Order: sequence, then C-alpha cells, then structure tokens
Amino acid sequence: MSLDGEREVLRVEDLRVVYETSAGPVRAVDGVSFSLRAGERMGLIGESGSGKTTLGTAIVRLHRPPARIESGRITVDGRDFLDADERAMRQLRMRELALIPQAAMNSLNPVMRIGDQVADGILAHEGKLPRRDIAERVARALAQVGLPASVAERYPHQLSGGQRQRAAMAIATALQPKIIVADEPTSALDVVVQRQVMFTLGRLQAGLHAAVLLIGHDMGLVAQFADTIGVLYAGRLVEQGPVDDILDTPRHPYTRLLIDSLPSLDDKKPLRGIPGLPPSLLNLPPGCPFAPRCPFAFERCRVETPMLQPVGARQLAACHLYPEHSELPPLPSDAELPEVPAVHAEVEAIAP
Amino acid sequence: MPIDYVAKRTLQLLLIVFIAVTFNFLIPRMIPGDPVESALQTKIAVSGSVSVDVQAVAAAYRAKFGLDKPLWLQYLNYWGGIFGRDLGVSLVDFPQPVIEKIQSAVPWTLGLLVLSTVISFTLGSILGALLAWPRAPRALHVLVPPFMLLSSVPFFLLAIVLVFTFSVIVPWFPPGGGFDPVSILRFDLTTALDVGYHAVLPALALVLGSVGFWALGMRAMMISILGEDYITFADSKGLPPQRVFLWYGMRNALLPQITSLAIALGSILSGAVLVEAIFNYPGLGGILFTAIAGKDYFVIQGIVLMLIFALALALFVVDLIYPLVDPRIRYQA
Amino acid sequence: MSIATAMAASGRRSFSTAALRGILRSPRMSSSLVAGLVMLGLVVLLALFGPRFVNARLAAVGAVRPSQAPSAQYLLGTDSQGRDMLTIMVLATPQTLRIGLIAGVVGMAIGLSLGLLSGFFGGAVDAVIRVLADSLMTVPGLAIMVIIAASVGHMTVELMGLTVAALAWMHPTRAIRSQVLSIRERSYVSVARANGESELGILFREVMPNLVPYIAASFVGAVSGAILAAVGLEAIGLGPNDVHTLGTTIYWSEKFSAVLRGQWWWWGPPIVAISFIFVGMFLLSSGLDRIANPKLRMRT
Repeated sequence: MSLDGEREVLRVEDLRVVYETSAGPVRAVDGVSFSLRAGERMGLIGESGSGKTTLGTAIVRLHRPPARIESGRITVDGRDFLDADERAMRQLRMRELALIPQAAMNSLNPVMRIGDQVADGILAHEGKLPRRDIAERVARALAQVGLPASVAERYPHQLSGGQRQRAAMAIATALQPKIIVADEPTSALDVVVQRQVMFTLGRLQAGLHAAVLLIGHDMGLVAQFADTIGVLYAGRLVEQGPVDDILDTPRHPYTRLLIDSLPSLDDKKPLRGIPGLPPSLLNLPPGCPFAPRCPFAFERCRVETPMLQPVGARQLAACHLYPEHSELPPLPSDAELPEVPAVHAEVEAIAP
Repeated sequence: MPIDYVAKRTLQLLLIVFIAVTFNFLIPRMIPGDPVESALQTKIAVSGSVSVDVQAVAAAYRAKFGLDKPLWLQYLNYWGGIFGRDLGVSLVDFPQPVIEKIQSAVPWTLGLLVLSTVISFTLGSILGALLAWPRAPRALHVLVPPFMLLSSVPFFLLAIVLVFTFSVIVPWFPPGGGFDPVSILRFDLTTALDVGYHAVLPALALVLGSVGFWALGMRAMMISILGEDYITFADSKGLPPQRVFLWYGMRNALLPQITSLAIALGSILSGAVLVEAIFNYPGLGGILFTAIAGKDYFVIQGIVLMLIFALALALFVVDLIYPLVDPRIRYQA
Repeated sequence: MSIATAMAASGRRSFSTAALRGILRSPRMSSSLVAGLVMLGLVVLLALFGPRFVNARLAAVGAVRPSQAPSAQYLLGTDSQGRDMLTIMVLATPQTLRIGLIAGVVGMAIGLSLGLLSGFFGGAVDAVIRVLADSLMTVPGLAIMVIIAASVGHMTVELMGLTVAALAWMHPTRAIRSQVLSIRERSYVSVARANGESELGILFREVMPNLVPYIAASFVGAVSGAILAAVGLEAIGLGPNDVHTLGTTIYWSEKFSAVLRGQWWWWGPPIVAISFIFVGMFLLSSGLDRIANPKLRMRT
C-alpha cells in the first residue's frame, strides 16, 4: 500500500521513560523515535522486558507511577501531546488517538452495558445527543467490528473473549480516531479468535484510514498485519523498515535471529533460539545492549552504543556493522548457535 | 432476578427464623432456676406487699401460661402463639400483652436505625471514596486518624460521652426519651420536630461510631479498584475524571461495600439497642432495659425474638438488593 | 515505665537486660506490639497487685461520703451510694479482665478444636461446623447473650465469661480453619504423610506449631471482643451482682443518673479504663498479626 503523499499523524521524538524503583532508575524506553503517516500500519516487536508495553502506555500518557516520562516529544496530528494540559489531552483522546487495550476482559467496566460504554465516550466529546442518534452511533460502532447491535444491551460477562476484545475496539474507535495504539490485543485469546480479531482490526483500520501502532511479541502475527516494522530491544529501536524488506533482509543481528527462530511450515529445520537472556535494564552493559548475545559482536560494540542509521533502500538499523557492510554477513557456523534439543526430537518424531 | 436466587434466600430466612424460635424456646428451659418466680419476687419486693404467697401466685402463672405441660406441647403452643401474635404477657405491667409493648417500640428503633445507618453508610462511603481519589483535596486526609479512633469505640460508650457533652455541659439536646413527655403524639410538624430533636444525640452516637468504618472500608476498596485496567481504558477515552470516579470507580466499589453492610448489620443492631438503653429511647433497647431491671421475662424473650427476626429480614432485603446492583448476578452468563 | 523496670519492680530476675535488648531489637517486635504489651502489662499489674493496696470495704455502699468530686482524700471521688471510686476501679478492673479471659480461653478452646477438625478433616464435618458458625454469626450477638444472661438467676463472673464465650468461638473457628486449610497443602505436610505419619500425628506435630501465631492473634481478638460484649451486657443490667466490674459500674452510674448530675468521675474512669484496655489489645493484635503474616512485617 502506498503511503506517499499521506500526511504525518503521529511523531514520537527521542522518548525516554524511566521507572523509579527502590534499586535505582530503570530506563524502560531509551530514546525511541518514529513517525506514522495516515493509514500506515506499524508493528512494534519486542520480547518481555523490551519496553514495548511501557512505550505503548507512555505514548497515550496513561503510564502509571513509578513510570515517568523523562524527556521527548509526542506530536499528534501536529499538536503537541506531551506538554498539552489535561483538558487539551482529554480532547485529543478518543477523537484523534485511541488505545485498544490488552486483555479486554479487564478493560471493560463489569457493571455497565456495552452500549453505554460506547456511548459515554461519544457523549463526553460531543455533548448531549438525542437518544436515537446515540443508539444509531453505537450500532454503527459495533457494526464496524462485526458485532450485532444487540450486543449493546449486554454486559461484558455475557460475551465471549473474542467478542469482548472486539467490543473494546468498538468502544475505542467510536469517534473514528486517526491513530490507534493496539497493545497486544490478542495475547489473551486462542489462535482462531486471534485471527478473527486481527482481521477485524485490519478492517477497522481500512475503514477509518487510521494509522495503527500494533505492539506485540509475536513476529508472525505482527508481520502479517503491518506495513512497517520496528524492533525493540532493551528500550531502544534497533531496526525499522518496511515489513517485506525486514523479512527478506533483516539488517540487525537481533532481527535476524528473531526471524530465524520462527518455526516454518515449509522447510524442516532444527529450532533455533537466541543465546543468553534479555539484559537487566537496571545494569545495562556499556555499548550495544545486544552485544553479549550477538554472534557478530566486536570490540567497538562493547564500548560505543550504536545509533539508528539508514541501511539499504528504506531500512534503519542500529549496528556498528554498518555502513561498512551493506547487509548482514552469513551467520557463523551453526554449531555456535544453540539448538533447542528436546523439541527438535519431538519435531523429528512428528514430521519425519 | 433469577427465581432460584430468591427462593434460596427465602429458604434461608425461614431457616434462621426456625432456629431462632427454637433457640429462644429452649434456652430458658435448659438453665436451672425459674424466671417467673424470680420476676414475681422482684415485683413483690418492689411493691412492698408482704403477705403474698409467691409459690401460689407463681403456680397460678405457670398454669395460665402452660408452663406445667410437657415440653413438646409447650413448643407447639409457642409456635402457635407466634402465629397468633401472642408472645405472652408482661409480668411487670400485667396484663399488658408483650406484643403490644413491642409493637409500640419497633417504629422508634426502625426509625433511628434506618436513619443513622443510611446517613453513616452514605457519608462514610462518599468520604472513603474521596480519600482514595488523588484529585480530592489533600486536607481530607486529616480525617483518617479520628475516624479510626471513633470507629473502634463501642457505640454506647460514645453515647455516654455525647450525653455528657451535649446535654449536661452544654444543654443543647435532651438527655433522653424519644419525645417530650408532656406532649401528645400527633402526626404534625411540631411532633415531628420534637421527635427529630430527641433523635439527634442517639443518631449521632450511631453515626459517629460507624462512619469511620465505612469510610476506611470504602477507601481500601477504591484504592484497589482504581488500579484496575478498566479505569485506564476509561481514561483513554478522554472521559471527564468525575465520570470515571463515579461510574467506573465507586459504582464497582459499591458491591463489596454492600456486602460489608450485610456482615456488619448484626453488630449495628446490637449497638443500637445499647444506645437506646443509655438514652432511654422508647425503642426496643429502651423497653429491654426496663424489662431487664424488672426481670420481665416474657418481654425480654419477645424482644430477643424480634431482634433476630428483624436482622434476618434485613439480611434478606440486602440480599435482594444485591442483584439490582451487580449485573453479574442478575444475568447469569 | 519500661518493661524492664516493671519486671525488676515485681522482683522477676529471669531476664538479663542483654537478653531483653536482644528480644526488643528482633524484627518481630514492631512498635505496636511493644506499645500494646506495655499498655496491657500496666493493666495486668494493676489487676494483680492493686487489690492488695486498697481497702475493699471502701467499695461497699455507704462506706464514705457520697457524691464527692475528686479530691486529695478521694482521688477519683465517690459515687452517690457512698462508695470510693478509686477502690471500685481497682477492684473492678481485674474482674472485667477475668471475664474477658474466661470467655477468651473457652472461646478459643472451642474455636481451636472446631477449626482444626473442620479444616483438617473437611467433608461433612467441615460442612456442619461451617454452617453452624456462619448462621450464628449472622444473628445479632446481643440477642443471644441477653436471653442466656436473663435466664440465669444469679449471675457471677464465671457465668458471665461462659455466656460471652457462647459468641466468642465463631470467629476463631473460621480463622483457624482457613489457616489449617492453607497449611494442609504445604509441602512439609505432604512429606510427613509420605513418611507414614498418622493424620492425628500430622495434626499435632506439623500443623499446630505453625498455628501458634494465629492462635495468639485470635486469642487477643477474642478477649477484647469478649470484654466489649461483657461490658455491653453489664451496662444494661445483666452483669454479675456480687462484684464490681467496669460495666456494672457504668450501669449503676446510669441508674443513678450520674451523667445528668454531672458526676463524671463515676462513669468517666470506667470508660477510660475500657478504652485503654481496648487500645492496648488492638495494638497487641496488630503486632501479632505482623508476626503471623510476614508480608505485613515489612511495612512498618
């Protein structure tokens, strides 16, 4: 899908978010910058501890203490969001910027009907409306996510998990926002329902021509939905670019290893993991945070932190291999990467 | 409202009533000593007549009340009496029926109890919720220690202190009674004001003693609710903070708060009875006090029965209110 | 008055100051525990040794000039029946404590046995005990106690304790039961079972020792609840008529309109004494709760 000529709707500049813990400040988001144009679908991938949830809640300013936005700028449709006062922020919310939460089960008010939860957002921004109009708008919002109008009369506990997630989507997008931040919208659901919800999200996005920031840990899921991918590691964006380019030629070693770790239905190969563990954000090693686990690490990596720089046609990567190299060298011999032994044996047993 | 829910609650109510009546019947008969005789002795001692043969009179009473019949027959008669609204006769104010004494007392207790419970529950819950809301004025927090203190003091001790302060030191309020003894009770404004005036101190004792409890409970619940995801989601919609506080916060905290109310009702009732005794308020507590002094056994028994019934009924009502407040019970998924 | 001084004063030398300091510094000794112990310690000392220092005859009707406000001669004044208030207070406090203790001990004994049975054996036993405890908890306590107390011809301190105990067992039963349920599932119980220990053996050797902090906390709660209930009953006239207790003192003061007559020294001291005992018990039980539940320990 061509995004040329579309205007920018969201810009995040050098965002830093800090958690004040008793052991000291933990920088969960360390200088993240990106922008979204209208209609653009961006996927943000990261494992647990990468700072992706903190990033998601901080962008919509719903982070809770002890998290604190230390510095940076967030611009929503040209208007400064971080420095906006409360009233201005509330006005931007839902109308321009919507959040689709994780685990909709807990995000729906258990004692309010779905219809009322859709309606109160509308009423908060548009003032009093005649009852018939409200009912119509509610029905329309529900239809947009594929739910029948009868759902408006129900309470959350009367709906299934997938229905609840879609209801949350209807509530969040009732005012047709330009930007949707979806924080792991499918992590609490089973695979079949996941697909349904992602399909609904896609349809919603297309209908609204909204920019969507999809945050998740499932590379496969995110890659199927997004146009652009950002890879988060230890609170920093280490790679960014169009999804096809990244999947074909990942330029950051972490991305490469992530893609390689995905099981494939086509080739039969042993399952590979990434050696080591994600770093403790309290005690980050100097230099590149991925260096301890990187198969290509060299001296400079342990001293100097790499910055995002353009690589290839449309990608950005934060790695000292560039610009000397044009793409990642082949992985060192397979023996240096750990295999996941037990599973390998089972895979052999199932698909000989 | 699910029909089986109502049925189950009704059954529970009947069970409690049954146990209470049986209990009330058995206890005095299990304890050695004869209440009738000792009541008579007290009465005779008070009235000063010497030449009465207590045994003969007591025997006559017993025969009249069927206390000389076999136990099971007495039990059946007791039940019969209850259905026929006959709870015996007062030994002190013979031959006034116990049911009459109780009937005239119930409205007073009901009025005092309902008034003070409604005030303290509502006030306490609102205050408690505000204490948990970061946007509420910080000055409110100064209320927490006195609340904790007051709510741990038993009601009747508060009552004594209140009488002393506001009836003796500064004679602003009457020290007792439900109404001006020389007036005739009518349904008019002066009587209503008079009744209200007399109800202030007793109600205050009950309110001050319980408002802290409600406030602190509500505060604890609100603090945990304000951390829930649906509050975050509501904020993300850009809803005005008052709306989130009321409809997403308090509305959800109300449910466990009502459960607290149900659990506390027993002690509130007991406390109210004691407060009435201190104030000589013409409710169940007041007549209980007089009956104990005169060892008026059947009146005591009748009041105890009435208290148990009243509480069982109150719990039943609260149980019925619950589905109205919690849709998860009203509509079984 | 510190604990050390108090103990020295009463002639007990079994604690060396070093050992005492060690105990006081241990993390289990929160400030509320210490404060509670001190307060209650004072009361107990008064109760144990006070009566020896007063002339009991001064508490009889007509012993002294009636209705005197506190003065140098009568430190707490006298009531309108001609009794010395200080003497009454010194005699009444131990009696109230006795009632509380009797009710607490009996209530805990019943509560402990029923709680252990209910939690450990489960099934029908548990169901019956639970239903019984729950239904009695919903009935207004005062009502039951009134009917029992009124049926008793001649009320004594011991009978009062038993009456109040009738309602003191339900809460400990529930508390002990839930603790037993959680302990039962822990690994050391499974290990004991695997080693072939009998159920009863497990009950006594594994479960009970771990219940001690809860039993202590429950006991303190039971005693303070019992004192409250007893004072309530006494205040409306159902108390023992042969001795002075804090509640009966309040009753007599009400009967003779001491409040209206401004004779605050009659009803004031009992109220202060009751509050003091309550606050002490509350602090003690908070402190014990913290020992029982280590998660609370960290938030001092």
